Amino acid sequence: MTWLGLTALLSHWRANPWQLITLIAGLALATALWSGVQAINAEARASYDTAADLVTGSGLRQMRRADGAVLSTAEYVALRRAGWQVSPVLEGQLRLKGQSLRLIGLEPLTLPQTAPRDEAATTSAFAQTDLFDSAETVVAHPEDAALFEGMSVEVRADDTRAQGTALTDIATAQRLLNTPDQITRLIVDAAQPLGLEPLPDRYEMSQPAPQNDVARLTESFHLNLTAFGLLSFAVGIFIVYGAVGLAFEQRRAVFRTLRALGVPLRTLMALLALELGVFALLAGAVGVALGYLIAAALLPDVAATLRGLYGAEITGQLQLRPAWWLSGLGMALAGTGVAATAALIKLARLPLLSFNHPRAMSMHAAASARWLALLACVLLVAGLALAVWGQGLFAGFALLACLLIGAAFLLPLLLGGALNLAGHLHQGALAAWFWADSRQQLPGLSMALMALLLAMAANIGVSTMVSSFRLTFTGYLDQRLASELYLNTRTPAQAAAITSYLEEKGVTVLPILSEDLRIGGLPAEIYGVRNHATYRENWPVLAALPAAWDRLAASEGAFINEQLARRNDLAPGDYLETGDLILGVYSDYGNSAGQVVISEPQFAQRYPQKRAQRFGLRTQDPSALATDLRQRFDLAEDALINQADLKAFSLSVFERTFSVTAALNLLTLSVAGLAILISLLTLASLRLPQLAPVWALGLTRRHLAMLELLRAVCLAAATGLLAIPLGLALAWVLLTVVNVEAFGWRLPMFLFPWEYLKLGMLTLLAAVLAALWPAIRLARTPPDRLLRVFSNER
Amino acid sequence: MNGKSLIIITIAWLLSAAIVAAQSFAGLGSDAEGFDLPERGTPFEFPADHGAHPSYRIEWWYLTANLKDAAGIDYGLQWTLFRSALEPEERPGWDSPQLWLGHAAVTTPTAHYVAERRARGGIGQAGVITDPFEAWIDDWQMAGAEMEVMTLRASGTDFAYDMQLEAQGPLIFHGDGGYSQKSASGRASYYYSQPFFEISGTLMLPDGPVEVTGQAWLDREWASQPLGASQVSWDWFSMAFEGGDRLMGFTLRDSDGGDYTAATWIDADGTTTPFPDGAFSAKPLTTSAVAGRRVPTRWQAVLPEKGVDVTVEALNPQAWMATSIPYWEGPVRINGTHAGRGYLEMTGY
Repeated sequence: MTWLGLTALLSHWRANPWQLITLIAGLALATALWSGVQAINAEARASYDTAADLVTGSGLRQMRRADGAVLSTAEYVALRRAGWQVSPVLEGQLRLKGQSLRLIGLEPLTLPQTAPRDEAATTSAFAQTDLFDSAETVVAHPEDAALFEGMSVEVRADDTRAQGTALTDIATAQRLLNTPDQITRLIVDAAQPLGLEPLPDRYEMSQPAPQNDVARLTESFHLNLTAFGLLSFAVGIFIVYGAVGLAFEQRRAVFRTLRALGVPLRTLMALLALELGVFALLAGAVGVALGYLIAAALLPDVAATLRGLYGAEITGQLQLRPAWWLSGLGMALAGTGVAATAALIKLARLPLLSFNHPRAMSMHAAASARWLALLACVLLVAGLALAVWGQGLFAGFALLACLLIGAAFLLPLLLGGALNLAGHLHQGALAAWFWADSRQQLPGLSMALMALLLAMAANIGVSTMVSSFRLTFTGYLDQRLASELYLNTRTPAQAAAITSYLEEKGVTVLPILSEDLRIGGLPAEIYGVRNHATYRENWPVLAALPAAWDRLAASEGAFINEQLARRNDLAPGDYLETGDLILGVYSDYGNSAGQVVISEPQFAQRYPQKRAQRFGLRTQDPSALATDLRQRFDLAEDALINQADLKAFSLSVFERTFSVTAALNLLTLSVAGLAILISLLTLASLRLPQLAPVWALGLTRRHLAMLELLRAVCLAAATGLLAIPLGLALAWVLLTVVNVEAFGWRLPMFLFPWEYLKLGMLTLLAAVLAALWPAIRLARTPPDRLLRVFSNER
Repeated sequence: MNGKSLIIITIAWLLSAAIVAAQSFAGLGSDAEGFDLPERGTPFEFPADHGAHPSYRIEWWYLTANLKDAAGIDYGLQWTLFRSALEPEERPGWDSPQLWLGHAAVTTPTAHYVAERRARGGIGQAGVITDPFEAWIDDWQMAGAEMEVMTLRASGTDFAYDMQLEAQGPLIFHGDGGYSQKSASGRASYYYSQPFFEISGTLMLPDGPVEVTGQAWLDREWASQPLGASQVSWDWFSMAFEGGDRLMGFTLRDSDGGDYTAATWIDADGTTTPFPDGAFSAKPLTTSAVAGRRVPTRWQAVLPEKGVDVTVEALNPQAWMATSIPYWEGPVRINGTHAGRGYLEMTGY
């Protein structure tokens, strides 16, 4: 009996393959977006955990000579013999076949070990060839490997290596770079012996950037991604909800028959749950596979963003981690559960006899629209409360969720009201039928329309945020990067030689002095600035005490960036934990770390060993000056940076930061379009009984199809109109709540009506496209099928 | 940068593996291309032979000590310098094919502190010179004229020690005048010891400094292919009995079956009696769960020809050396026909 019931239930899908595809596709897409985002997050987090990046040494302290000179082998050995656990690194540019390559020489024996020790790994590693074999081994990206052809080295191609850098043993590096006895820097092991002597003055150590700092700083970014993933998932679940609901409605006859044959309600529901569980797992698996593809496509951009924004290194390689694919499957099951619960409850509550009442489900749906609206009001009030009293990023996202879901739940009631109103205003028999029929269709379409509303609102909100950000950011860059040329010198001696030459020439030289420090337990930077009009005129100061620049010049206090001010709740007039009075707060986009600016004399007093090696140069003709300096001094390739290049680079970092959100947005909108198509397709067969009488009254099938298209456009347009205020509200929350929490800066909001119009047209187009196929099918419905409606009424 | 660091770690592992594998496992294989091999009857030359022998593949300066503090609490101490050659020569600079590895440990009845150091030869970070004698890696050092009166230092993240050593007896030569056979087919090493050190000094432990005194045993051994391919691991015992007699015994365990044992009996005056394969034997009595594996920490060791039938029990069963290649090394208590203290080393568990 159970088996019979199951086959009876499943036969529905055989008869309606499109519905099955809809269900699977909706669920798979939802899972794909979710698990894709989770995969990216998992990869990034795993990178933070394991990646004390030994090559750039970002996770460990670095030791250098305080005077900027290279270290000798003897100095290294002396430090080791004093107990310091340091490992030498030699870095240099190698010109090979006309290309420049960064070669990094390491000392594997002393390199700090971060991975767990494992005997199996040891013995298998032992079986491989080693670095100190007769030929020296260079590890390089496959694209770079060819450059080493013809040299007395063995190249191991490794696609996990970044292109443009190669690794080798320090002895080989010294030979290839022709820098015998030289060491650029030392990596300082986190574990140092007991009773270690203090470090001699001639060395200085950089502050470490511990992994958990990176994790803490990037947490907001990941939360952002997760929120987008969840939004996409929600949109996908609307599709599933629609598909499941329709499948239930269409199978009323089957349910009735099965129940009449004696299948208990409990068994019937268990069978339906089993059926959906299988579908969920199937769709979940497809979704996880798709998610992997999405993540693999987006990961390079995310990696670039994290590097650009937070300096966090993550590998561009994606691994299949149980954390995210399990969560993908889990979400698919949970999502199906949520989407199906309502349908199952309805099924359980429907009296046996009303099973064949054609409008049973719809009538219940109409009643539930009021309940939804009530729920929406509760959510919106909660959102309002969060906006007023909420704190933190989580509250920001909760506010977003309340706003979006609340608005979505309100949609059926609003659209129903609008259709009612239109029906009243628009006279005539056909019009009256059109509006009434639209109202009647609304419950079936409302889920898809909610998805569309969410997708459009998200699109408007995010594009408003990004565009506002871009406007502000470019303006900010123009202000902040005031110097025309930026100079990086290698040694203090070189710095002195160049600056004295420049001062003779009358070029304004602004030294850039900085040192790492910690404020509130998080890494920050402190800068010493010269008293010069460049800063007074150009710095984007948000709030300041009177005569702040004069007081800064007089070493009476410090300026701090907006991030630091917000994170530690500081304002001009407060004192920093460094003891400085805060004179002003300036905006500082594109960087999440705190910054403190003090006067040049004060900086020199605090960090006497620090000499400026970076400078901003004010000049009328930057390219002429750059050429002149390159000719006169032995400058490295990257020693001079043009302001224009720097701006272009900063903007490209910015663009990549938001390319991920843009991609997710587009995907979400596509999913919403699909939702409409699916809903219309499934509704089409149900609607024949309603259309047949109208056809019989003389309306051509073509005319009916046109009306169907018109209805889709009307509903999409109404939804789109509602999406605009919702999207703007979303943008406002993103700019004034989420951004402040996530990145530490608040941005002014700009409006882009032209963009919204374009998006609106795009949505209408999507709606027309989605409605087109069902309309064509209707236009081509054989008349006998329409006729049969009358003889064949259930 | 997952991938990047993995490569580096792989390389690092591989090198350290080469060093300890030579001692612990049969990893180096049985061929000795270009490396010198020990020959029976070669006379030792001191102080030169206290120093390094770069033309042999592996070599070590291996010191263990049984200590007591004023309250009578037992401690163990280890200071080891390994040399492993990739080529049978020394070259100055970073190109040196000589690799060095240091292990240091302090064992208390309840804790075991371990540190490891690695270096390459040729640049002065590690090495051994003989006149005056100094063996060092980083800040770790064993130094003193003629290897008779020496200072000994090592440090890890959670411990350090600073000790003085004074030899109270002669050097001891194992096997046939220092030619120590390691298998029936004739694999061998040069092997001598100084088992008569008096040792005293300060242990720096997390709870503070501890003044200790006791006895130390220094092993010197070098070879190029000491172990056969199937000789996977060994158990090594050094015992100092009350009354001044001492015993060194080891079992080389063979994966093909057929263990190889050897022993040296040392009278209190330094007179030695070598024993061939089979005379000495050791049988595990109790195993302990250590670092996720079962390790025998109570043994029965017998040398019938000297009337020795003793129980050897670890002072701290958790004396696990969590180094590049892990092994067990710790102080032991000896009871039975003879009583005393000693050290036990076990590899391959």
